[in-house]
Amino acid sequence: MSTIIFRTIAPLIVAIMLMFSVYVCLRGHNEPGGGFIGGLIAASALAIWGMAAGVETARKALWVDPLALAGAGVFAAALSGLASVFTGSPFMTSIWLYLDLGETSVPLSTPMIFDIGVYFVVLGTITSIALALQSGEES
Amino acid sequence: MDYALAVLVGLFIALGVYLLLSRSIIRMLLGVTIFGNGVNLLIFTAGRLTREVAPIVPAGLDQPAGPIANPLPQALILTAIVIGFAMFSFLLVLAYRAYQELDADNTDTMRLAEPEDAPRPPLSY
Amino acid sequence: MDHLALPTAMIETPTVLADWVIVLPLVLALLGAALLLMLRQIRHVPALIAGLVVIAIIACEVALLQRIAVEGPLSMTMGKWLPPFGISFTADIFGAGFALAAALVTLIVIIYAEGERGPDERGDGFHALVLLLLAGVTGAFLTGDLFNLYVWFEVMLIASFGLIVTGGRPLQLDGAVKYGFLNFLATTLFLLSLGLIYGLLGTLNMADIIGKATTANPAALTGIAALLLLAFGMKAAAFPLNAWLPASYHTPPAVISALFAGLLTKVGVYALLRALVQLLPASRDILEPALLLVAIATLLIAPLGAIAETNLRRAIGFLVIGGIGAVLAGIALPSEGGVAGAALYVFHAILTMTALYLVAGLIERRTGQRDTRLMGGLYAASTPLSVLFLVLVLATAGVPPFLGFWPKLLLLDAGLQQALAGDWADGVLVLALLANAVLTLIAGSRLWAHVFWRSGAEGASEHETITLRTPGAREQWFGLGASVVLTALIVLAGLWPNLLFEGARTGAADLVDPARYIAAVGLAEATP
Repeated sequence: MSTIIFRTIAPLIVAIMLMFSVYVCLRGHNEPGGGFIGGLIAASALAIWGMAAGVETARKALWVDPLALAGAGVFAAALSGLASVFTGSPFMTSIWLYLDLGETSVPLSTPMIFDIGVYFVVLGTITSIALALQSGEES
Repeated sequence: MDYALAVLVGLFIALGVYLLLSRSIIRMLLGVTIFGNGVNLLIFTAGRLTREVAPIVPAGLDQPAGPIANPLPQALILTAIVIGFAMFSFLLVLAYRAYQELDADNTDTMRLAEPEDAPRPPLSY
Repeated sequence: MDHLALPTAMIETPTVLADWVIVLPLVLALLGAALLLMLRQIRHVPALIAGLVVIAIIACEVALLQRIAVEGPLSMTMGKWLPPFGISFTADIFGAGFALAAALVTLIVIIYAEGERGPDERGDGFHALVLLLLAGVTGAFLTGDLFNLYVWFEVMLIASFGLIVTGGRPLQLDGAVKYGFLNFLATTLFLLSLGLIYGLLGTLNMADIIGKATTANPAALTGIAALLLLAFGMKAAAFPLNAWLPASYHTPPAVISALFAGLLTKVGVYALLRALVQLLPASRDILEPALLLVAIATLLIAPLGAIAETNLRRAIGFLVIGGIGAVLAGIALPSEGGVAGAALYVFHAILTMTALYLVAGLIERRTGQRDTRLMGGLYAASTPLSVLFLVLVLATAGVPPFLGFWPKLLLLDAGLQQALAGDWADGVLVLALLANAVLTLIAGSRLWAHVFWRSGAEGASEHETITLRTPGAREQWFGLGASVVLTALIVLAGLWPNLLFEGARTGAADLVDPARYIAAVGLAEATP
């Protein structure tokens, strides 16, 4: 798999895919996209990096253990549901906050935090599965 | 259209069951996946088919402008697909590990947990 | 585009803070699992956090149970949507009671695991997965929505997949393949039947289904009920679909087997109880012959399997299946007494089956063997262990005064009433229940005699004793201590069963006549 063409082009592909995954994740509320599909794109980016540079390098590039990322995602998603306790509404009720930044208004909300949580869950689990399969192939 | 999809669901599930009856783990894995896709299609059909627009409320309105497709089956299927995908990837890794460790893709030769030459139970007491 | 007058779809009244007890148990379990997934490499901390989280969950569930006992079923619908649209969490006495039993058992298992797990097992995510499993089980017990039940089933399945391969020995991979495929197929069948329910009734909210099922096509509903019976029967390991349980439960470490035996199959029978008795009672009446047949076969075949088995934990696996037969017997009996007996049996089985596996784990560690033919002479070496095992065997067989006796009594009473009213099939069921008790007693006492009473292994001479490993202090304190506490709980609950009886009767009344359940969700006016 590690031909020189692939290894040269891989950083470019991986960087673009990671960028695109964030974009897909954030546009997901009202348009096609969302945390799941964004996380999948990011996980495939890391899988490509694993193929090109080796599993160990990919793990190091991630800094933290992929399953810990998944845990952080579940944590964020569960907390976003708990936030509605402060507004006197049931579990998982959405709360919206509109930030006015000059000309545009940026909507921040608990569903967004939930979606980011989903992004990290998918990224973490799929990356750890993909890297485990790849390290099995190498040995 | 409903009838065509109903037939398709039947075909998917029949194919899934057929593959599940195989001894080979990879075939069983494909069978479970095709079975799951048949079930997803069934939920989609059960939610009634319409040739309408996507269930999204346009900006500035409180409710959709006209008739829309039923959004609930879509949400159910999306959840089921995500879960099915997670299960598929886990079972894939498991099958791969089992193939490495036990050197078996055939369930008939996987007899570690249930030994074939199981001893007769003791007759005392 | 003129503005149509839409009916309200949102809940306008503010939610009381006290209502949160219904979602807190599973949110806490999920948060704890997530936290432990991040912190799993640190020493000692995971067990401590897991223990504290489970204690908090137990506190929430006790509060929930108290409220339900006073006010009846409690419900909360997510995201301010009105009930049939939003996802409801609805807890009645059964759901909350089983959830409490599950959390208690989990706490015991976490304590027991401290005696068994070595430093090299650090970082395998055991505690995170245990909490995730508890989240799935608690969610399944507390939810009031069929699709949500499916989601919790899958959460449970993912966690149990992770647990069953913990350690990754080839034996475990073998068991995991069989466990994984069968259980995944069962949940997919459940998804299939809930898709059909949605197509037929247009709703997946349990309280709404109860109202709408009365006017739907009974033939179609019975077909769906049969599919549900197949799916949940597979999860619960009822007779023709039970082969996966003794093929997989003995493969992981004993703590994990114990957790599985206490939680997984019980969620399957609980779902069957709710689906057939509460949601589709008319279809249950039509399916009654099939239910009776499955119950009788499970009751008789399971203990025979236990008698013929030489692997200690596989034999106990068959005893777990026998317990499922008793619950199915309660579902097959068309009376409140039968339902109460089934529910009480689930409660008993969650505690007793876990305790049996925990003690089996201690035995395996002392003898270093898994095969009962190679064990023996443990009575002299460890009297407390032998007493524990004997008590648990008697409790499983349903000998008074232990907890297992009371649900059997309710079941026999309900069955005899039906039999005396002229239903011969229920008479056969009563005989099967009695035969199950006798056979379980034979299987259990044979195990006890082989492991503890005789002086040496199979075929060895009288004076040839077996070399036993002396347990470390840690193992004694955590392992034996946790088992003793759980067994004491079973004995005490058997001696003072009044509270449990009362709960089972109230819960059964609510299950058979779901008016209070529907009212709690807030759908009383909507039903015809």
